[in-house]
Amino acid sequence: MSYLPFVLAAWIFLVGIFGIVRSRHFIHLVVCLSLTQSSTYVLLLSIGYVKHGGAPIFKDVPLGTKAVDPVVQALTLTDIVVSVTVAALLLALAIQAKKHAKTMNPDELRPVRG
Amino acid sequence: MDVLVPLPVAIPLLTAAALTAFGYWCGRRLDDLIAIVATAATLVISLLLVFRSNDHDLVYWFGGWKPSNGVALGISFTVDPGGAAVATLVATLALAALVFSWRYFDEVGTLFPVLMLVFVGAMCGFALAGDLFNLFVWFELMSVVAYALTGYGVEHAGPLEGAINFAVTNSVGSFCILFGIGFLYARTGALNLAQIGEALAGRHADGLVIVAFTLLVGGFMTKAGAVPFHFWLSDAYAVAPVPVCILLAGVMSDLGLHAIARIYWTGFSGTLTAGDIRPVLIGFGLVTAIMGGFMCFLQRDLKRMLAFATISNIGAVLVGIALLTRSGLASSIVYLNTNGLLRGAAFVAVGILVRRFKSGDELDLRGRGRRAPIAGVVFAAAGLGLALLPPFGPFLANALVVDSADTLGYGWVPPVLALAAVLSAGTILRAAARIFGGLGEAKDPLFSHEPEESQEEPTDTRRVSQPLLWIPAAALALVGLGLVFVPELAGHALRNAGRLVDRSAHARELLHGVPPPPAPAPSYSPSAAAYAYGVASTLGALAFAAFGLYRRRLPIVLRRAAARVADRPVAGLKALHSGVVGDYVAWLTVGIAVLGGAVAVVVR
Repeated sequence: MSYLPFVLAAWIFLVGIFGIVRSRHFIHLVVCLSLTQSSTYVLLLSIGYVKHGGAPIFKDVPLGTKAVDPVVQALTLTDIVVSVTVAALLLALAIQAKKHAKTMNPDELRPVRG
Repeated sequence: MDVLVPLPVAIPLLTAAALTAFGYWCGRRLDDLIAIVATAATLVISLLLVFRSNDHDLVYWFGGWKPSNGVALGISFTVDPGGAAVATLVATLALAALVFSWRYFDEVGTLFPVLMLVFVGAMCGFALAGDLFNLFVWFELMSVVAYALTGYGVEHAGPLEGAINFAVTNSVGSFCILFGIGFLYARTGALNLAQIGEALAGRHADGLVIVAFTLLVGGFMTKAGAVPFHFWLSDAYAVAPVPVCILLAGVMSDLGLHAIARIYWTGFSGTLTAGDIRPVLIGFGLVTAIMGGFMCFLQRDLKRMLAFATISNIGAVLVGIALLTRSGLASSIVYLNTNGLLRGAAFVAVGILVRRFKSGDELDLRGRGRRAPIAGVVFAAAGLGLALLPPFGPFLANALVVDSADTLGYGWVPPVLALAAVLSAGTILRAAARIFGGLGEAKDPLFSHEPEESQEEPTDTRRVSQPLLWIPAAALALVGLGLVFVPELAGHALRNAGRLVDRSAHARELLHGVPPPPAPAPSYSPSAAAYAYGVASTLGALAFAAFGLYRRRLPIVLRRAAARVADRPVAGLKALHSGVVGDYVAWLTVGIAVLGGAVAVVVR
């Protein structure tokens, strides 16, 4: 089993976090968040990967055919749904920020402090 | 009667779906009524589940996919009295919030009751879920709804900022949880918590287990608002509409801790020994309790004040869990329920003030609260309860911690917890005295500056129907204070905590259907030391309230000395709560790193 997918997942996660920390624009922020989330897809899919395994569809195939783990694929699908929901909600909030507060910069939109 | 188990989730979700489809044509009042009835039904069923699960856990396998040979493929709800009590708390607070919002809002779309119902369903699902991935799915569902509800007043900058900070920080926390779940699945091939526990039991905790534990606990601490994951919480709770705050502060934060307790005892207790993990978690809990109390003192906006009081309480609940004993766990169950109700009551009282006087600011409202006496009584009662006044619930929970900490050799923990209660409850009592009694001074430069705009919703004060506003407040306060008079409350909490703590018996029950031997509820009465702590912290809170009110009448020498010591830390703490989401996420990663490093050091 190669370590590469796990290193990649950690790398994407950290790059995404770095982007969020440094973000000065809401759209950029949302993209960074989605990027961070995509690291979880890489991790989950690589956990379930089986070398030379087919898609986990067990109709009309002989017993004992190698297949990748369907559980993590289901988890990834759920995760993608979650990610789309959160991104949609955040983008809607960003539009409202532009409309009402006239700014897309998180630094300028902060009435609560201290 | 297992058939009741899925209902606390199914009823609110199905009602929400029906309201989304047809609510627009029903008119606001009918929508509200349907939501209230559905929540009341959820409340009744959750309460039934508490009693039915009293002797043994109720395990419900969806679609009848029961485990065979100890391998669980299906998805389960595992109901123990602790989880069912949390679901009951959710439904109780939601009922109060919905009744309160009947008159609180002038205009509120159909979506508001729909979102509240989904929120209730998701939180109940989270409290009852028996496997890790479902825990995650309910967690995400309740988080997304909470973001939307926090930003419900999108036309103002405050709610926008609060909702965005909340959403981004919690999303990063949930990625950490998902990473942890992935690692655990890779190691054990299981998602069911009990099965994970069986697979890990007796093995040495290697790097992967430590990382998975760190990511899961860190993620749930983000939801709970433990320091240094807490920054989003004060921003979000300060700007959310009051009925939403009742649920957010009353129970959502505590759910994160509930998950930590379940994950440790069911999943990790066989591999990470309690003695190793205890100091790390206690450290996080105590820092949270003290920091929350201290920041609470600096606030003048009532909702933000209560948000920091929530953080302080979360720290105390976390310490209870962190003792990793049966008594500690029992204490956290009692604490979570009674404190949640009292904080909910305090938020309703703030809502009444906002509704009547269009302000939620302590200094603005000085003396004006005399015209809302019931809100005053509720607010002060909540403050006294949180100050550990014997014999009420928070005192009982603290007594369990005191007695357990002494036997473990952590005798220095209870005084710190009492100090945290003095700080946060003393501040609530200070606000009560200033607003409802007109005591204290009209200005205080120490406080965080006033929010630049009023973020509140109500505009029309003519159509205020009083009873619908104060009945939820009084009911929550009465239940919160009266809960302690349930016969043998501590005994039942101890017995049920004992069932969760015995990991292997618990796993046998869940995976093989072997019920545990019936155990009688032990009897518990607080020790003299616990009473001493309770009385001392109540008196301390009253004294601290007086200090907050008349601080500037102290002799000048004392004040100068205090300023020399305190000014820099105060300014530093205020600067930390910067309101910038990037800073918060940076702190989150620092928190995860510290937690992981500490766990790695103690386990090696």
